[in-house]
Amino acid sequence: MTMTQMTAAAPAAARNMPPKMVGDKVSVFYGEKQALYDVDLSIESNQVTSLIGPSGCGKSTFLRSLNRMNDTIDSCRVTGLISLDGEDIYNPSIDVVELRARVGMVFQKPNPFPKSIYENVAYGPKIHGLAHSKADLDEIVVSSIRRAGLWDEVKDRLAEPGTGLSGGQQQRLCIARAIATQPEVLLMDEPCSALDPIATAVIEELIDELREKFTIVIVTHSMQQAARVSQKTAFFHLGKLIEEGKTEDIFTNPVNKKTQDYITGRIG
Amino acid sequence: MALNEHIVSSFEDELTALQSAISEMGGMVEQAIQDSVTVLLRLDHAQAQEVRAADKRIDEMQQRINDMAVSIIARRQPMAADLRMVVTSIQVANDLERTGDMAKQLAKRALQIESLGLAPKFYNGVKHMADLVSRQLKAALDAYAARNAQAAIEVCSRDDEVDAMHTSLFRELLTYMMEDPRNITQCTHLLFCTKSLERVGDHATNVAEAAYYLETGRHLGADEQVRQQA
Repeated sequence: MTMTQMTAAAPAAARNMPPKMVGDKVSVFYGEKQALYDVDLSIESNQVTSLIGPSGCGKSTFLRSLNRMNDTIDSCRVTGLISLDGEDIYNPSIDVVELRARVGMVFQKPNPFPKSIYENVAYGPKIHGLAHSKADLDEIVVSSIRRAGLWDEVKDRLAEPGTGLSGGQQQRLCIARAIATQPEVLLMDEPCSALDPIATAVIEELIDELREKFTIVIVTHSMQQAARVSQKTAFFHLGKLIEEGKTEDIFTNPVNKKTQDYITGRIG
Repeated sequence: MALNEHIVSSFEDELTALQSAISEMGGMVEQAIQDSVTVLLRLDHAQAQEVRAADKRIDEMQQRINDMAVSIIARRQPMAADLRMVVTSIQVANDLERTGDMAKQLAKRALQIESLGLAPKFYNGVKHMADLVSRQLKAALDAYAARNAQAAIEVCSRDDEVDAMHTSLFRELLTYMMEDPRNITQCTHLLFCTKSLERVGDHATNVAEAAYYLETGRHLGADEQVRQQA
């Protein structure tokens, strides 16, 4: 049995579902400076796609353009097409707040609100009107914290501030907060870079479970992490998408020399 | 794909050391095969002992290569071409160790034949076969060291010659046995020798396949099937 057969193919891909998100000739400019050049990349449903590459390669820029986080930067301009379920997310008729509820984000540094654990998770569903009663809201908060694998650790202290948790717990709280709005896609920007190996392992386990329900895109500087958690890997270099493919192919037999040089730790 | 140097030079050094260890072990095994054939042809008792001693060193070398590879995997988490280098080094060391065993068996067999005395016409064919598999082994090791996929393919395609020679030697030795039943003992010993040499040829093929995988990241057998279908 070959490696390819051994690795369980994502159910979505097996059913030949259309990609969840598609980037078509995506270029991003910060003022005069072009940060991303004509990137074509599709994000498959219920898969983890990892974006790797050296600092400044454009991987975070691409990630942030998937839920229009770049809009917050005045000088930033995006060209090309990015679609979610076939719908152009840069179309003026799109409600950005709603888009970000559908495409949630977890950041590098855990950034819980200076509020209680409960309020951290309840905030999103409240402002998006997802809960019709206190019982509804409780239900969403509890299930989100459970799904983030944090429940047993915080169930007796939901009223305590989120900032009092450990780093790994805070990051899982942020994941709980992100999934509480029931997003379809979860963007993660180096979610484990501030965590110890055990907390990292817990998050990685969580990512693997979450992909049953969500489509996940993760930016990581850890090649091993990309190899462990993702089914698809895209390598960026100097603003260009150099190579994308099945994770196991990228890490055992990359086609492009730049990819090879980067993942094996050679000077490119 | 030509590779640049690693940013971490000690990693580069370790991979280079692993590659050298494979080359060194390859040299030891080539020598062992040649020595064992000499033992067989000259029935040299002292050299037979030398082949057995060399087999111990070859076994130790395999252990050393395995330890190096495991250490690199544990500490460096090699990727892509580096990963293939480390994994194939374990495979190649294993094939070389088995080849060393074949050399030892040839030498042991020679000691059993010693008292019988061999007529040259019996062992000429065996000598040719030994030359052929030695060349195969050398070519396979060269292909591995040079990461030459084309050379690896050539070694694999020449394995048919080894098999053909094995079959023809089998027939030849059978003929001698039928000519005179007193030849049976010697010829049977020689038949076992040809079997050992045929095995060496198979190990050479394995090394060549590892060389192909190391360079291309693909399996030669699978690529071959694709070519035949196309």
